[in-house]
Amino acid sequence: MQNNVLSSLKEHENKLLTIWSQLLLENGSTDGITEEEESKEFTSLLLDALRISNGNNQESEEFEKVHDLLIGISSSRAKRGFSPRENAQYLISFKEAASQILSELERDPVKLYDANLILGSVIDNMTIMTFEAYMKGREDVISRQIDEISEISTPVIRVWDGVVALPIIGTLDSSRTQVVMENLLQQIVDTGSSIAILDISGVPAVDSLVAQHLIKTVSATRLMGAECIISGIRPEIAQTVVHLGIDLTGIITKASLASALQTAFDMLQLTVVKRK
Amino acid sequence: MAIIRSRLMTTTTNNKEEILIIKEQDVVPLRNRVRDYGVKVGMSILNQTKLITATSELVRNLLKYGGGGKVVIESVSNGRDNGVRVTFIDNGPGIPDITLAMKDGYSTGKSLGLGLPGTKRLVNEFDIKTELGNGTTVTITKWKNG
Ligand SMILES: Nc1ncnc2c1ncn2[C@@H]1O[C@H](COP(=O)(O)OP(=O)(O)O)[C@@H](O)[C@H]1O
Ligand SMILES: [Mg+2]
Repeated sequence: MQNNVLSSLKEHENKLLTIWSQLLLENGSTDGITEEEESKEFTSLLLDALRISNGNNQESEEFEKVHDLLIGISSSRAKRGFSPRENAQYLISFKEAASQILSELERDPVKLYDANLILGSVIDNMTIMTFEAYMKGREDVISRQIDEISEISTPVIRVWDGVVALPIIGTLDSSRTQVVMENLLQQIVDTGSSIAILDISGVPAVDSLVAQHLIKTVSATRLMGAECIISGIRPEIAQTVVHLGIDLTGIITKASLASALQTAFDMLQLTVVKRK
Repeated sequence: MAIIRSRLMTTTTNNKEEILIIKEQDVVPLRNRVRDYGVKVGMSILNQTKLITATSELVRNLLKYGGGGKVVIESVSNGRDNGVRVTFIDNGPGIPDITLAMKDGYSTGKSLGLGLPGTKRLVNEFDIKTELGNGTTVTITKWKNG
């Protein structure tokens, strides 16, 4: 299918750019100056592609160039904080601008309809591509963060002969509890410790699932013949846990790591005294 | 700006967003977002903690029992106070017996059974609608000074 009016869009490149920038400014999906160059290049390449392959072959070399540029644009827009919605708006506005010019150029309704149909399919495909690029960028970041977090998250510290401490930072979800518990139990065995301190100062919220995990960890520690103290319970956490209805009565809890250590000393019948 | 009229007072929504929840990894970002709303209306640390703990409970239920869904966060005001309203919507199996589900310690999932009743104690307004086979919607509101 040959569509001449689409090919002739190239001759109206500047006008298209003007209308497009106008639309982008109106719906707030651009930050203006920084994007002008990119948009210009995009328009030029896309109109070339439309002129040469007429939108019928979107796998052509010309379209490939447009797609590469577009993926670059959308990931840079993603980094500059544009939402996926604004990213889509970018392309939809282009379609609107091109459509306006097409209706001025083509008086034959059938041909105009065809042209819009092809334009629509070209832009829709690109919209999907930008969404995929956006999601992929996000997923990369997320999986890198997950790796980093699980690496730094569970250090077991020997604070005294017979006392190990494990500071928990972040959220204690099911998979993480498993890692924490295994680490802790292993360290108790390796160091022959009889007291473990679980410090939750760095846990933002203790909901019933986190509480259940904490209770489980305490029980497992006791099964190993050691005692477990939970420290770092901030006042707002203590109050919230009470309202939630969680029963921690069987567990030794302390406000700070220092007071947990004091309790551990008492249990080991140690006294810290100031040198005379 | 949307206005929802209730019998007692007029609640105005100032800011609103919707977040899709499909996996466990969505829980923490949602909680942080809800906290942002709490900070914005000037909530105390205690009320923020209550709000995000309630959010945590309900979003876990939405994932575990409802098979995922969406959460709407709004900052609201009623003329006297500002607050945050969070709505949890799933299209899961629904809850057969709400009275039972609202009891402390009742769980069909081998957990503590404190999510629903505990959440109700943590917030100022709590509303639950459920229909067998059609899903569950829970709405909570925490006022800044509530
Ligand atoms: N969104 C939901 N969809 C279906 N059932 C639910 C939902 N939320 C809660 N329930 C039911 O209510 C029960 C009590 O919930 P909850 O108080 O949070 O305790 P728990 O999560 O520990 O089971 C659950 O065990 C489940 O049977
Ligand atoms: Mg629950």
